[in-house]
Amino acid sequence: MAGGLVYTAVGSDAMATAEYYGQALCELAKEHPDIVALTADLGGSTKIGVFGKEFPDRFFNVGIAEQNMVGIAAGMAKAGLVPFISTMSVFATMRVADQLHADVCYQNANVKIIGTHAGTSFGQAGSTHHAIVDFGLLRTLPNMKLVCPADGMETVNAVRAAYETPGPFYIRINRGFDRLLYENTEYGFQLGKAHMLNDGTDLTIIACGSCVYQALQAAKALEVNDGLKIRVLNMHTLKPIDREAVEKAIVDTRRIITVEDHNIINGLGSAVADIIAESGKGCAFKRLGVQDQFAPIGLHEDIMSVLGIDANGIMAAVREVMHKDFEEDDAWDDEV
Amino acid sequence: MPLTKQEWLDLEAKANQLRHTTLDTTLCAGSGHIGGSLSAMDMLVCLYYKYMNIKVEDPNWIDRDRFILSKGHIGIGYAGLLIDKGWNDADQLKTFNLSGSKMGVHLDSNKVVGVDASTGSLGHGFSIAVGTALAARVRGKDYITYCMLGDGELDEGSNWEAAMSASQFKLDNLICFVDRNMLMMDGPTEDEMALEPLDKKFEAFGFNTLTIDGNNMKEICEAIDNGLACKGKPTMIIAKTVKGCGIKFMENQYKWHYGAIDQDLHDQAAADLDAMYKERVARVEKEA
Repeated sequence: MAGGLVYTAVGSDAMATAEYYGQALCELAKEHPDIVALTADLGGSTKIGVFGKEFPDRFFNVGIAEQNMVGIAAGMAKAGLVPFISTMSVFATMRVADQLHADVCYQNANVKIIGTHAGTSFGQAGSTHHAIVDFGLLRTLPNMKLVCPADGMETVNAVRAAYETPGPFYIRINRGFDRLLYENTEYGFQLGKAHMLNDGTDLTIIACGSCVYQALQAAKALEVNDGLKIRVLNMHTLKPIDREAVEKAIVDTRRIITVEDHNIINGLGSAVADIIAESGKGCAFKRLGVQDQFAPIGLHEDIMSVLGIDANGIMAAVREVMHKDFEEDDAWDDEV
Repeated sequence: MPLTKQEWLDLEAKANQLRHTTLDTTLCAGSGHIGGSLSAMDMLVCLYYKYMNIKVEDPNWIDRDRFILSKGHIGIGYAGLLIDKGWNDADQLKTFNLSGSKMGVHLDSNKVVGVDASTGSLGHGFSIAVGTALAARVRGKDYITYCMLGDGELDEGSNWEAAMSASQFKLDNLICFVDRNMLMMDGPTEDEMALEPLDKKFEAFGFNTLTIDGNNMKEICEAIDNGLACKGKPTMIIAKTVKGCGIKFMENQYKWHYGAIDQDLHDQAAADLDAMYKERVARVEKEA
């Protein structure tokens, strides 16, 4: 992990998650002159405008032209720079899918893509601005790394990891404020390794992004109310995913629920399902997220409630899965 | 850098050699994008054998001039040049397009030495070139970025995003060519999706815009000199060319955008190329 400031949550609850991104990148850029930042008329919304004020010669606003932005970034990377490009997740992925495919991933160009307004976090804007397919697109692009931080502290760690890891890297962060899960940045973030927030043996909840906090709240309430011991994994890295942590969860808890602010198809749930299927081991399993539909308009917290990816929804799903009847034994040999 | 008579003769000889290589490779591969390779060849030769600041012994030299082949489908013509530079094994042309080959229709920058960007999806190279040109500014380098666009490719809207930004960022270290052979896969550009008045469009986008005969070495060199001298804006050279240049039965035929040849057609084409070379040498003797 890069040196530099240790961020703490104290006194910073008024900072949007993207502001942590902007600050972290400015801090990195002081040490590393190869970092440049680009945006497509969203310097304010993505909070990367601060970089432009601090490093005007290394900041490029290309106007509302995302395809060009990605191509320029690929060219810059080929010429030795490390571009961080910022726009809303939906445009940073869907709009530029071919550029990500051909210019960035195929060439293994050292381009960092920061998609803000992730999932349904810009709920009021409606489905044109909801990013519910970005995991699916990026998971299937070779060379791409994919991180969905749970809060501002983790966003700082993700930005540092992006710089330190050569090649295409996508960070997906929400619009506005995320509830802070971590008190500071020193909790042991490791790219590609899930972070366990609560251990348990009855069931594992695997979540990412804003759903991690909700999962932890649900686990705490279920322990008090139902006496359940729930493991909560923050699967911040969707690619490369922590296969080992999922396989351990299958063996240790035999019941898994995934929670994501994304279509359940081809997102975190599908990634975990791949591992379960290939493990050859039986496991009760449920995917929470956007149920292959366009999400409604509304405040993010209300949409999360409607989708059943808030604490209440997760608790209901846990109770359902706990009642699922399936053959359970400790010997796997007869099932493989 | 005015073109001397000897340079001109050398460029003609190189272009003839590489046109023959393209033809031979097309025979080996069975088929290929030969029409657009031949229309662009004179510009490729002027860049790589007169203008570009590159090191033959160090093709990845970080301060080299860049060349982005946005019309990436002419890999079959470009490959011979990259081999002639000594950067890739000549045997690779014999297996061009074949299973397991490093070289296919669109050259991969991670596999073929000397390719500055993997292209092939049209409408991408211009933006990449803007990126390498901007990177020179950020890094305080004086290398030039050259970019070759196809004319049909200009239908892609992303090119015009790139054009706006090249002008906005005042990239006088960017010199672009349009290989204006007037033909795309399904027919003439002006019938399918008209581009004219193309010069007026690039002028309106803020480019130092030049229109030349793109199969004339002297005009190509004069245009590059003009672009290198131009300050404060990017240069766009609209190079009027002949698709299939040098092979009579291919010239100005859109079906030769991509085509297959057998030994008989190859031999006929080779004789045509030799005839064009003789004419060109005679012209140099007269005009230089």
